[in-house]
This record gives sequence, structure tokens and C-alpha cells, in this order.
Amino acid sequence: MKTLLKCSTAIAIALSLTGQAAAAEMLTAVGPGEGQVNIVAWPGYIERGETDKTFDWVTKFEEKTGCKVQVKTANTSDEMVALMNEGGFDLVTASGDASLRLIAGKRVQPVNVDLVPSWSTVDERLQNAPWHTVDGVHYGVPYMWGPNVLMYNTNVFKEPPASWNVVFEEMDLPDGKSNKGRVQAYDGPIHVADAANYLMFHKPELGIKNPYELNEDQYKAALDLLRAQRQIVSRYWHDAFIQIDDFKNEGVVASGSWPFQVNLMQGDNQPIASTIPQEGATGWADTTMMHAEAANPNCAYMWMEHTLSSNLQSDLSVWFGAVPSVPAACTDGRGMQNAEGCAKNGLSDFDKIKFWTTPVSKCASQGECVPYYRWVSDYIGVIGGR
Amino acid sequence: MSVPQTAILPGRGGAAGTAADLFWRNPKVLLALLLIPPLLWLGIIYLGSLFALLAQSFFSIDEFSGLVKYELTLKTYRELLNPANLDIIARTVLMAAAVTIAAAIVAFPVAYYAARYARGRWKALFYLGIMLPLWSSYLVKVYAWKLILAKEGILNWVFEKLHLTWLLEAYLSAPVIGGNSLSVSYTGTFLVFLYVWLPFMILPVQAALERVPGNLVEASADLGATPAQTFRNVLLPLAMPGVVAGSIFTFSLTLGDYIIPQIIGSSRLFIGQAVYAHQGTAGNIPLAAAFTVVPVVIMGFYLWGAKRLGAFNAL
Repeated sequence: MKTLLKCSTAIAIALSLTGQAAAAEMLTAVGPGEGQVNIVAWPGYIERGETDKTFDWVTKFEEKTGCKVQVKTANTSDEMVALMNEGGFDLVTASGDASLRLIAGKRVQPVNVDLVPSWSTVDERLQNAPWHTVDGVHYGVPYMWGPNVLMYNTNVFKEPPASWNVVFEEMDLPDGKSNKGRVQAYDGPIHVADAANYLMFHKPELGIKNPYELNEDQYKAALDLLRAQRQIVSRYWHDAFIQIDDFKNEGVVASGSWPFQVNLMQGDNQPIASTIPQEGATGWADTTMMHAEAANPNCAYMWMEHTLSSNLQSDLSVWFGAVPSVPAACTDGRGMQNAEGCAKNGLSDFDKIKFWTTPVSKCASQGECVPYYRWVSDYIGVIGGR
Repeated sequence: MSVPQTAILPGRGGAAGTAADLFWRNPKVLLALLLIPPLLWLGIIYLGSLFALLAQSFFSIDEFSGLVKYELTLKTYRELLNPANLDIIARTVLMAAAVTIAAAIVAFPVAYYAARYARGRWKALFYLGIMLPLWSSYLVKVYAWKLILAKEGILNWVFEKLHLTWLLEAYLSAPVIGGNSLSVSYTGTFLVFLYVWLPFMILPVQAALERVPGNLVEASADLGATPAQTFRNVLLPLAMPGVVAGSIFTFSLTLGDYIIPQIIGSSRLFIGQAVYAHQGTAGNIPLAAAFTVVPVVIMGFYLWGAKRLGAFNAL
């Protein structure tokens, strides 16, 4: 046992040392493709027409560049970080709650935006977004973004709910019955930010400036709100399809959700709609980031350019219920999306959205903040009833 | 010309012949050849990976970047003992114990009938009935139960038709075991566990009961014991090894399961889910490894207790 321990420690140390030594310099010119590119992505993010023939943004790229695209899907941000820590991938579509962790862990490398000609077409509000730009250095190109909307049952809510309080506080819904057991919340630590966002609006005396930067008092207030929420939430959701089933069979009538579920259920003729209430909402903005030891950097750069310039932005926006990072993709007819669809997915709500970022100890708005790992353990505790 | 006759024959030649000679002269070589593959399997692939996992629990994780720090430390175990994690362990062990006891109570009469009364065709039907649920997909069964237990599911509909909704509601308003609907309560999780693991209890109990000589039960009755006394003093002690063997299955399977409580229940984590969440999603392999040590330790004690009760005497 002891020798085994020593062996595994030695191997691990050796591996981590070689890892650091191999960290690559930033590319200055894109050379010929290496023949493949390996991407960690959210499910449904990279489609080659296999799920539905009309949604394909890979085949043409492969024909044009000769780079075979290989995808490994991950279901949560934490899983993405874990996969990137393992290595063997070139790119990842990281959300804001993963991107800073990847940068801090030196798992991703700076990206030379001069090598991505379509960079200039990216939404200006996203070009220097703090979740992929550190000290003025870009660590990726924006991929897609979307809001975490409040999904509700239109039979119960004749008017869209004006506030997130329907999922945070025990109250009677418009149909006269209590909301206890009829609302859901997201089963991920990042949901603490939704609570903070709610407090930011309703308890200004706490002085929350950014829902991802909370000092001890603000954090405690958010956890207390979540503990009260535990009393009215029967089951937290983390699988989109189980949430859909709960709305259909479990009598759930309101929950934070993604446009993805809303679109699927509306397509199924369910009495479902979504809104962004007065407090605003949290949202996700994903970035294509490049692994520090990417084996196929040329294909990776070609893919980054492809994500911004091809039909991808437009068609993925339709497919996933997300908003393109290139606003022109909504209107110039490069794919199936149009201005109306983009508006429905949340384009006009950009200013109301606080995008997911990883909470860190050293934060900008105040001296000391509660870091992410405490969000993880405390949120498990809150769900467990502590 | 005559070939000199000796007691020792010349080698038979050829690869197969040489090998056969070798095995005949040194039987241990053959034994070693036959044993090495399964020993390698058990030693390297099974125990080796288990120990590699356990070794991980003595490392820790850098809290922000999520990278594992390869320095020996007990920090992860300290983390394991914080109240939220102890809750997870207590919850899982209590659920496993409840499922095991209930499975024993439900399985005993079924197994008794099968062992003592079912004959011929009925016996075949019994085996089929017990085994059939094991042949269909586990996930399909669990999702089916989600629909059965849902607020707008079959069970609620039945209660409504019988005008017994008040009864169900009274039950669900109870603390801990209740909830908004059966599918989001501990009771729901418990029922599904019970259903899924029941065959693993029935089969060993039935095997044990079949070995109890019928004349002992008759003798007990002849000597004036009531059926309850016979059960308590004759049948149960003799069938106990079967019950304990079955309980090892139901207890350890409940201890490790992570799919049922995720689909049916109140989102409160069980050990299996905690392992899954920490290693699969959070990348916190040290804590996941520390969590896996818990069922190993609990099962160690359980097996030690089971051995003392004589569960392995029949092996």
C-alpha cells in the first residue's frame, strides 16, 4: 500500500511537471490543419445533422478545412473543468462559471484574436467580457449566450409573474393555491447568485453590487433566502427533461429555466411561457476556449473562426434557444434565425442579465468575497436541509 | 535390430507434446497457468483500481482551480466529517436499513410459500414472477415508478377514485417521510428501492427455507408450540442465514445506488450521488474517494456482523 501510494504520487507529480513545461506560446499565424480538433461541449451545441438533418454546422467545416471534429459532451460546468484538467482536448465551450477557473488553473491559453478575422463582428458588449478577458488578455472567443428565464404555466398565471418572489417566498399563486411544492429551483451552486440577484433588488441595504461577489453578510442572507426556498421546493432540477416531466406530471407551475425547455414544451402544445421579471435574471455566456496544451492549434483557430462566420451562430440559436454572439447572425440570413427569434430568445434583455461568473475570494466590488468552493458545499447543505 | 527398451520414453516432440510433458512432470506449472489470469484480474483490475481510488482520498483539491494537489493529507477526511456530509451518510445508511428490514418482512412470506407450498407449474411461475423484473431495464422501471408516484400519476388517481385522497394527504403531511407528492418524498424513494431490490432478498430466503426440514416444524407443533412460537423458535433461526445473506444484497445495493434518489426523491443527496457529483462533475476526486470509503467501511462491519450470525456457514 505504501509503495503504491509513493508510486502514484510520483507519477502524478511527474505528469503535472511535464504539463507545465509543455504550455504553448500564443500562435502568431494559422498554419495548415492537423486533421482533427477535439472539443468539449454542452449537449446539443455541436450538431452535424445526426439529430436533425437541418441542423448541421460541422460537415461543411470538415470539408473545407480537413479538420475532423470530435466532440465530448459535458452536462455541467464542473464536469467541463474536470475534463479539461484531464487533458487531451483542444477546445471547450465554457460558461462563465467555468472559464475563470480554467484560466486560474492554467488549463487554457491566451487567444490571438488577430487570427480570428470575424472577431470584429462579435457583439461589442461581449468582446471584453470579464469572464474570458483577464488583465486585457483574451482567453477565448464568445460562442452563445442566453438568459435563465422564469418559466411558468399560463393556466395558473394569466399575467406573466412580475417578480421572482413566486419561486423564493411562500405565497398564494393567482389560482388561489399556495406555491408550496409547485415551484422548482436549479440544482447547482450557481443558483446562489439567483438568490443574491433577488436580494439586490429587494434588500438594497445589504449593498450587493454584483450577485457573484458576496461578502459574508450578503452570502448569509442569500443562503437564508435559499433555506426558505427549500421549504417550498419539492425537487430541484438539473436534467432538462426531468424538469419537463415535472411540469407535465408533478404539478410544477413555475421555475427558473432555460429557453431550451420553454421552446420544447411550447412545441409540445403545453400551456407554458417564460418571462424575465423586474429583478432581472442571471444568464450564461459561453466562450470557446483553447486548452493550454492543445495538440491541434491550427484546426482550433479555424474552428473558432468558423463558429463566428458560418451558419453556426444562426442555426444554433434556433436549435438551442440561445442568442448569437454575432448580432448580424440574427438578420443577415446566413442561417434559419431571424430578428424576431433572437428577440424571443432574449437579445433585447442583455442589460437585465447578470452573466454567470465564478465567484472568487478577491473580488472587484469589495475586498473579500466568498469563493466558489464554499458555494458548492453550502448549497449541498441547503438542499439537505441545513 | 531392436530398439533398446527403457522405462523412460523419449519426448513426444512438437509444441503440444512438449507442453503436455511439462504439465505432466510439473503439475504446479499447469496450476499456475490456469490461476494467473483470474488472479491478475482480481489483483490488478479489481483490487488495484480500488486501492488507486482509496489512495486518492489522501490527496486534496485546490479549491478554486479544481486541480488535485498530490500531497498526502487528511484534509479531505476532515471535509468528509462536516455536518452536511454526515447528513448524507446518515440519510443513506438509514434508508438502506429501512429498505433491508422492509424487504425481509415482505420477502419472508413470499419465499415461505414458494419453498413449502408451490409445486410444479406454480413453482415455475413463481421463479418467473420473481426474476421477470430483473430482466427489464432498471431505468425503465424507475421512470415507470416516477409516473406511478407522480402528483398526477396513477396512484393518486386510484386514491381519488376511492375517495381516500385525504388519507394520502394526511400521510404526506407527516414530517420527514412526507412531501408534496409521493414522487418527491422519502417514502417514494423507499418504495422504489424496495421494489427494485426485493428479488435479491426473496431468492436467498427461499433457498434457506427449502433446507429447513419439514419434520422439525411438525415436531414443534406436536410438542404444543403455537404457530407463532414455531416461527420464532424454529423457522426464523434456521432461515436466518438466508435473511442475512439477502440483507447483504439489499443493504449494499441501496448504499451504493445513485440513480433512484436522483429521479425519485427530494433532491437531498445520497452517498452514491455525492460520489457522482464530486468525481464526475465537480472534479473533486479526493472527496469522492473519501465518500467511497464510507460504504466500504460500513459493509466491512456489516459482513463481520453477518459472519457472526452465521450467514456464511452454508457457503
